[in-house]
Amino acid sequence: MQQVFNGLVSGSFYALLALGLAVIFGMLGVVNFAHGAFYMLGAFGAYILLTEAGVNFWLALVLVPLALGLFGVILERLLIRRLADLDPLYNFLLTFGLTLILQDLLKREYGVQSQPYPPPISATLDLGLFEYPAYQVFVLGCSIVVCLAVWFVLSRTRVGMIVRAATERPELTRAFGIDVGRWVTPVFGFGVALAGLAGVLAAPMRAVNPLMGADLIITVFAVVVIGGLGSTFGSVLAGFLIGVVGSLGNLYVPALSQTLVFILMAAVLLWRPAGLFGREEALT
Amino acid sequence: MLRIDRLSAWYGEAQALREVSLAVEPGEVVTLVGRNGAGKTTLLRCVMGLHKQLTGTVEFEGAALPALPVHRRARLGLGWVQDDRGIFASLSVEENLLLPPVVGPDPWSLKRVYEAFPRLAERRRFPGTKLSGGEQQMLAMARVLRMGSRLLLCDEPTEGLSPLLVQQIGDILREIKTQGVTVLLIEQNVHFAVTVADRHYLLAEGRVVESLDNAQVRAREHELLEYLGI
Ligand SMILES: Nc1ncnc2c1ncn2[C@@H]1O[C@H](COP(=O)(O)OP(=O)(O)OP(=O)(O)O)[C@@H](O)[C@H]1O
Ligand SMILES: [Mg+2]
Repeated sequence: MQQVFNGLVSGSFYALLALGLAVIFGMLGVVNFAHGAFYMLGAFGAYILLTEAGVNFWLALVLVPLALGLFGVILERLLIRRLADLDPLYNFLLTFGLTLILQDLLKREYGVQSQPYPPPISATLDLGLFEYPAYQVFVLGCSIVVCLAVWFVLSRTRVGMIVRAATERPELTRAFGIDVGRWVTPVFGFGVALAGLAGVLAAPMRAVNPLMGADLIITVFAVVVIGGLGSTFGSVLAGFLIGVVGSLGNLYVPALSQTLVFILMAAVLLWRPAGLFGREEALT
Repeated sequence: MLRIDRLSAWYGEAQALREVSLAVEPGEVVTLVGRNGAGKTTLLRCVMGLHKQLTGTVEFEGAALPALPVHRRARLGLGWVQDDRGIFASLSVEENLLLPPVVGPDPWSLKRVYEAFPRLAERRRFPGTKLSGGEQQMLAMARVLRMGSRLLLCDEPTEGLSPLLVQQIGDILREIKTQGVTVLLIEQNVHFAVTVADRHYLLAEGRVVESLDNAQVRAREHELLEYLGI
């Protein structure tokens, strides 16, 4: 049971990151390889704010995603937009190159060893069957609330309607008078902000180091593929699912724990090539 | 209202339109007829801005279109009814209706849409593509009426519909004509076309080969139907 809970907490990070990747992929058709680096920047943002300016965790939880969102907006306007009409390979090169640059910049300053970040809540909660660190429960709650809020916006608001339409058929959406290009920038910024939020949440729990995103993002890509490319709902659900599967795998088949996710991904793809919640036509 | 002058269009090396010139006046319903592959869809896509490999001029109420992005054309008053109906699967029926902004002076209200198409009212919460083909076609028409578009570009709205539904599309086209809406309509069924339209252009191999009025079409109905392969 405790392992399931551990899994849900890991899944909280997968879900937040996969959700950002999915909305960005849906709206821009860009596979954002720099997503792991943005997550890492989120964690370092919190760390730097604390050590250099004494800004506490709770403030960082708001400030860092905002700053990263702004960074995403600038990045989209300045660079990503210019590649829109070119081969997707250019986007791969850009986002991958950006990852290396960001990682190396932080490596220069902080080296590769992990930086400690004091947990903002040190209490434990009695969950009936077992005791659990309150901070982990907070992370899970935070992730669930954010995912639900995003779901609400996507399914119930006009902005969500435009994002869904533009994700499905961008050219047709334009034919109905909607300037899809104008919505691309905020959506990208928002996806980056989500990665930043996940990073801040990770700082007190995970090792803050320049490679933390690179380790995680491979799994997150598998999560997005399992959930179904372009399906935000699928990405979130697969995020929590993979968290739990990974955690249980760790317990019962520790030898396979690293590869389990990819075995699962292969199995899902054989069974449903478009992923659990993907639409078949998204493949063509 | 719409003036097309020596419009040529290509798909890569293959030329789909060859110096097409035509005009549609305000309040007119004009059809484009022609065999499969004649270039009818390509012509409408050029007007909407969905096809970009072209030369020549397209003017809508004096504004040169080729310089304008697609969404600006829609906001000027062009209403798009795509040949595959263009219904969004990830939007409900009602969201499909509400997605586009209102762009014209005389838009249909949601209430009027639902009165004219009770089926859409019943299914307003369904995903758009869960409707039958005929219902999707109604939705595609209703959507541009709600926008209040002044020039409708309709690509075979009656294709594959039952005679009853074709009848209903005909009623709507006649109704909006009295409202002053202008329509450029692709329609293979010339028998139906003469009941809704004022004039007709016959396209063949990317060219306008004939401009016909209703009387001429009626007189040559059999010949035309045979030529079009219906
Ligand atoms: N996407 C495309 N790529 C290459 N060629 C195309 C494409 N679409 C159409 N064509 C070609 O352009 C020509 C005109 O096609 P278009 O679709 O405009 O014809 P149409 O009159 O609408 O025919 P239909 O009655 O079948 O709808 C055809 O020869 C067709 O093969
Ligand atoms: Mg066609």
